[in-house]
Amino acid sequence: MKYMMFVCVEESTKLTPEESQQIGPDTEAWVAEMDGRGVRLQGNQLAPVTDATTVRVRAGEVVIADGPFTEAKEQIGGFDILECADLDEAIEVASKHPVARYGMLEVRPFVD
Amino acid sequence: MTQDASDAIAEAFTEEWGRIVATLIARTGDWDLAEDCAQQAFAEAVRRWPRDGVPRQPGAWLTTVARNRAIDRLRHEQMKDQRLRAASDLMTAAQPPDDADSLLREDDQSGIVDDRLRLMFTCCHPALPLEGRVALTLRTLAGLTTAEIARAFFVPEATMAKRLVRAKRKIAHARIPYRVPPAHMLPERTGGVLAVLYLLFNEGYKASAGPDLVRTDLCREAIRLARVLSALMPDEPEAAGLLALMLFQHSRRLARVDQDGELVTLEQQDRSRWDRAEIDEAGALLERALARQSAGPYQLQAAIAACHAQSPHADATDWPRIATLYERLLQVMPHPIVALNHAIAVAMADGPDQGLVLVDELEASGELGEYHLLHATRADLLRRLGRGEQARAAYLRALELTTSDAERRFLTRRLEDSAPV
Repeated sequence: MKYMMFVCVEESTKLTPEESQQIGPDTEAWVAEMDGRGVRLQGNQLAPVTDATTVRVRAGEVVIADGPFTEAKEQIGGFDILECADLDEAIEVASKHPVARYGMLEVRPFVD
Repeated sequence: MTQDASDAIAEAFTEEWGRIVATLIARTGDWDLAEDCAQQAFAEAVRRWPRDGVPRQPGAWLTTVARNRAIDRLRHEQMKDQRLRAASDLMTAAQPPDDADSLLREDDQSGIVDDRLRLMFTCCHPALPLEGRVALTLRTLAGLTTAEIARAFFVPEATMAKRLVRAKRKIAHARIPYRVPPAHMLPERTGGVLAVLYLLFNEGYKASAGPDLVRTDLCREAIRLARVLSALMPDEPEAAGLLALMLFQHSRRLARVDQDGELVTLEQQDRSRWDRAEIDEAGALLERALARQSAGPYQLQAAIAACHAQSPHADATDWPRIATLYERLLQVMPHPIVALNHAIAVAMADGPDQGLVLVDELEASGELGEYHLLHATRADLLRRLGRGEQARAAYLRALELTTSDAERRFLTRRLEDSAPV
């Protein structure tokens, strides 16, 4: 079963210097563990939403806008595609992600 | 049908329904299939037991029939790979018919010794919305009908049916497993299980449909399970609070219905018929729970029930305290029914006119417009204010909306009493 895992952080979240220092190595350790288990197919970090561009087609015209598609306080900072036996395993994998401690992970099943 | 056969079927339904459905879910992962096949097994029992006699092991008989139905269904469907596997699992199972049940037990790291409680924790998966998981557990394990569950949540039946469908859809789409949770994962499911037991008790205490006002079997089972749960979780004061609440309510069962099966109001009940031992046990439980200083909805409701239970006669009831407790309850549980009970307590503490103001506000909000007790309460307050005509209209509205025979008779008596002479 494939799940998309969005790594979300509230814009206003401030990390302590310690956390900032740890997040890199902790994430690498998580990636190594989950790759090793074969539950993480791929994933990446995303550039900040200030670098996002929204694209729409309205009345045949391409409409480009600067910024993300939603003004939500929480932003998607990265993603991982998981291959898990079931939701319980996906939840367990997500709960071990370092961002879970101050941000949140959204786990959504693929349709097929 | 012979009495023996119909008694045996009723008993088997209470005892076996949840276990059979859970067994099939654990095997196939298909909740609808599990429920359908369990239903078919009971239908088969209704046909065959009166003719062939009640089997020696009704539970095993029903499980086998249900399992065979599931195998047939899976064979006949256009099977996907995964389903094929589920079917072959079922077919090659050389174990006794309740194999999945024992499988659940072998897996068990929950520490819950009671089978039924363990299945409830299994069903109350936190990835489902709270109401969805509670409703699904009541449907799947307790065998309550969608209509009964809808009434428990004060929503139309169609709304509840949709919620059940949505919950089952998420289970299928997100692949939520039917697996007994390990002990450290029980706390996040406890709220759901408490709600299941609470609603199960309520359904028994005040059967929402049918000839009997009290279904004692449901009440006893809910109390038994609440006892197991509060022993399992001594640090969860809400579990003790729920048990205390049930015991306070249950202590009144003999006084609550008269010889003719008619409902007797709290103020008219013969308090010497209240079960003192249960009241004392509930009082002690509640006192210990409240000492932990984290009063949630069950402890507050138990505290309200205690005010009634510990009052020697109706006139001595401490209504101002009850009104205050309802106000606190309303803060942690902002539910229109709580608001209605708050209004009743205010009417008793400060006079019917004060209560009527709150009831009218509540009616204006539109949330309980279809709830018979809102109209019955209004009727009672109007009657006490001497506004006979309006009281009669409200009684008639309440009568239109109630589904319980005993309540209908009670309201009819009140209506006749308030008839102009």
